[in-house]
Amino acid sequence: MSAPGDPPFLERRSYRRRRLSDAARALPIFGTVLFMLPVLWAAGPGGTTARSGLYLFGCWFVLIVIAAALSRPLTRIAEAARDDKDDAR
Amino acid sequence: MPAFDVILIACILYATFLFAVAFAAERLAARGRARWLRGGAVYTLSLSIYCTAWTFYGAVGYAARSGLEFVTIYLGPTLVLIGWWGLLRKLVRVGRAQRITSVADLISSRFGKSNLLGGLVTLLAVFATTPYIALQLQSVTLSFAVFAAEDGMAPELDALGFWVAAGLAVFAVLFGTRRLDANERHDGIVAAIATEAIVKLVAFIAVGVFVVFIVAGGPTQTFAAIDASPIAAWELRPGRWAGLTFLAAAAFICLPRMFQVLVVENSDERHLAIASWAFPLYLFAMSAFTVPIAAVGLARLPADSNPDLYVLSLPLAENQDGLALLAFLGGFSSATSMVIVAAIALATMISNHVVMPIWLRSGPSGAFVSGDVRNVALSARRISIVGILGLGYLYFRLSGGGEALASIGLISFAGIAQVLPAMIGGLFWRGATRVGAAAGLTLGLAIWVWTLFLPSFAGGLPEIVMTEGPFGAGWLRPEALFGIAGIDPILHTLCWSLLLNTGALVLLSLVTFPSPIERLQGAAMVNVFRTGPGARGWQPTHVEAEDLLVMAQRILGPAEAQAVFRAEAMRQGKLGYLPNPSQEFLERLERELAGSVGGATAHAMLGQMTGGGAVSVEELMRVADETAQIMEYSARLETQSRELARTAAQLREANEKLTRLSVQKDAFLGQISHELRTPMTSIRSFSEILRDGGMGDADRARFAGVIHDEALRLTRLLDDLLDLSVLESGQVSLRMAEEQLGAILDRAIQACDGGGPVRIERRGALDTVLVTDGDRLAQVFINLVMNCRKYALVAEPHLRITARRDGEMVEIDFVDNGPGIPTGEQEMMFEKFARGGDSRAAGGAGLGLAICREIMTRLGGTISYLPGQGGAAFRLRVPRALGHLRAAE
Repeated sequence: MSAPGDPPFLERRSYRRRRLSDAARALPIFGTVLFMLPVLWAAGPGGTTARSGLYLFGCWFVLIVIAAALSRPLTRIAEAARDDKDDAR
Repeated sequence: MPAFDVILIACILYATFLFAVAFAAERLAARGRARWLRGGAVYTLSLSIYCTAWTFYGAVGYAARSGLEFVTIYLGPTLVLIGWWGLLRKLVRVGRAQRITSVADLISSRFGKSNLLGGLVTLLAVFATTPYIALQLQSVTLSFAVFAAEDGMAPELDALGFWVAAGLAVFAVLFGTRRLDANERHDGIVAAIATEAIVKLVAFIAVGVFVVFIVAGGPTQTFAAIDASPIAAWELRPGRWAGLTFLAAAAFICLPRMFQVLVVENSDERHLAIASWAFPLYLFAMSAFTVPIAAVGLARLPADSNPDLYVLSLPLAENQDGLALLAFLGGFSSATSMVIVAAIALATMISNHVVMPIWLRSGPSGAFVSGDVRNVALSARRISIVGILGLGYLYFRLSGGGEALASIGLISFAGIAQVLPAMIGGLFWRGATRVGAAAGLTLGLAIWVWTLFLPSFAGGLPEIVMTEGPFGAGWLRPEALFGIAGIDPILHTLCWSLLLNTGALVLLSLVTFPSPIERLQGAAMVNVFRTGPGARGWQPTHVEAEDLLVMAQRILGPAEAQAVFRAEAMRQGKLGYLPNPSQEFLERLERELAGSVGGATAHAMLGQMTGGGAVSVEELMRVADETAQIMEYSARLETQSRELARTAAQLREANEKLTRLSVQKDAFLGQISHELRTPMTSIRSFSEILRDGGMGDADRARFAGVIHDEALRLTRLLDDLLDLSVLESGQVSLRMAEEQLGAILDRAIQACDGGGPVRIERRGALDTVLVTDGDRLAQVFINLVMNCRKYALVAEPHLRITARRDGEMVEIDFVDNGPGIPTGEQEMMFEKFARGGDSRAAGGAGLGLAICREIMTRLGGTISYLPGQGGAAFRLRVPRALGHLRAAE
């Protein structure tokens, strides 16, 4: 039994799933913005290859870590969705 | 300095090793012991064919020329992979659901299994890949040349290039064309390229670590060295930065070799989730040392040395022979793995979308001709592989091998990116049509060839065309279309080609009408997550299952075809090998065949067998619009659930009623037993006393009197019960007669001894003549008078009876001056066994009023309690003429 006022368990889970797949879709957009940012400063005096390189590789690594963190839960969602569809048929 | 022949021997040994790995993997897989070969790690490693010799050698050269710009080539694929949930997942799902064999097959299948589109994409892919293969040959020969030059030799580079191409062709033919089914994994090749992926990663990192930690002296010094190098200031060109990132992303999914490893060879969607972070990590590792190597190379190596070969020449300059050899093998791996997969992917496309359609059309009766189709397809693939490598070699000879590696790669990317609009449009927009896709592809291909591909050859276009435009048409100048000059050539091509390509796709899709099969395929692919591969494309036909088996055997091979047919027959509940050629089976068979010869060819072959009628309008209407279907389905569900709810409510009601009735019945039985038991108990005990004897006459007479009284009471009770049950069951017969109300009342009062102590007062319309059962009505009156006698326990009991005509009815009120009936009991007083407070005084069974109510109902009237009259008050309403009323009803 869930406490009164709490949304039911299933509702909550599918809500989480949808938000997680939102995150998966937003990640490349976020990454694109990060990778395009050097355009703003590279023409200036601070835009050296060494420093910009550190920035780019830093962002790159962060994106990889986020993608790795998302990968397992997303796999579970995909499998759950496939099972649901199989059940429905 | 390793001698040139040492390098040559190492190279041959390495190639032998790769052959051995491939053989071993094939054998393991054949024994079913190669699960790890189909895991996420190997899948990720096989994606590394994206990193070609261009990456291995060229990226450093690129960095030495343009600083960080080289990294765009990796950022694009990184973005695609970390966004796998949106695009790649769908691509892979479609690829698996439709048994797609190549990128050309995808486009062809999506747009109605069109051979035209398949051929167009194949042509584009051959155009775009040939220079790329040439590039790989060039990088291998150049790296050989580095060692040869150090050795003071001048080997025949062209001959070397030829032998490399020949060796790769043998490898690709041996391991790439064993089976026809492109959907089956090429385990040998996958194992080999995974091995090569590790070799090139290790080699590049080894060189990088050597350069950063030994040559430069550590990360800090490397940082300083970069700051001090000619590429210290990053001259970022925003257009190129964004454009190349996009181009790399597009190429990553459109390149035939990438499509092969990413989609066709994918055996499990979970691997994609692993690759989504693991492959960006691989790319990250492959490019982390690029800038340091470039910076250190620029500082240490002579100005005339080729930056594209710094990865080799830096270890050589530092006298690290082993490291140089490793770097060489890394470069060799990068080149060979790419060439092998690209050749196989292209050969599949050529055989499925060029050779097979022509062969089918040229045969006298198409699919019915005898002979093994597999041999035709496999031979076509083998010849294609040799042909593609021959073309690459030719390009390598013609282009002279002098250009910077990176520019060739980008030209190739821009060419294959023309597939992107049709692919994305096809996957996400059901409205995209074949005509639109064909027009877009043609336009994009034309612009790419004109503005980028031809100008890339030395002398590909005459000088006058480059500066003045063809026939003096200045707006068609290859590097300044529409008179807009001064754009970077790659961006110029990218913008115009993709703009016009997408524009043509959208515009023509909007104005043309797709064929039924296009709409089916469009729905199946766009909604792949909702519907699966459920598109139905075949009418039930009169084709013989045996003919189908004959054809399938020629394509799939006897064993496999028989297995497919047998499985289907079992599914249909038949024995043997010949299932009914049902719609489902034709579909499944088509998908099986498509895995071998491509969707368009498989469709055409089945179409020939079944008489061509592929899609009926009814079928289309049934499946094309899933949205409508789903809506209809949910509406039906809703109706059903409403009906269910209604039925459930009715059932619940009925159940409650039954329960109530059962409770009532139980209570009734309980009360009856109780009422019978009380007189029976006294009868029994008094008769026992009489039986025992020993008493006076007076006592005996008294006891007999008690027994008699109780027996009378029992009889009365039973009479009442009987009366009630007769009345309730409606079996009572009324004796209708005309009689004055007053007369009936008189009889009733007489029957009660004139009311006993009760003074009865009568008034009102007593002369009213009633047509009714007078005896029954009198029974009601008697009951009410007796009630008054029982309950009106006051000093001077008094009953007032008033009659009043009310239209067709007569109202008769019985009002006494007793204590009345408490409000709480008024509700229940007409129920059986309901008795006023002191039941002893009543001496009845409590059936009186219940009988009254039943009689009144029979007589078409009512009896109700009239509150607020000072004492107990009952009102009877009875029709003046029951017959008339009945007739009126």
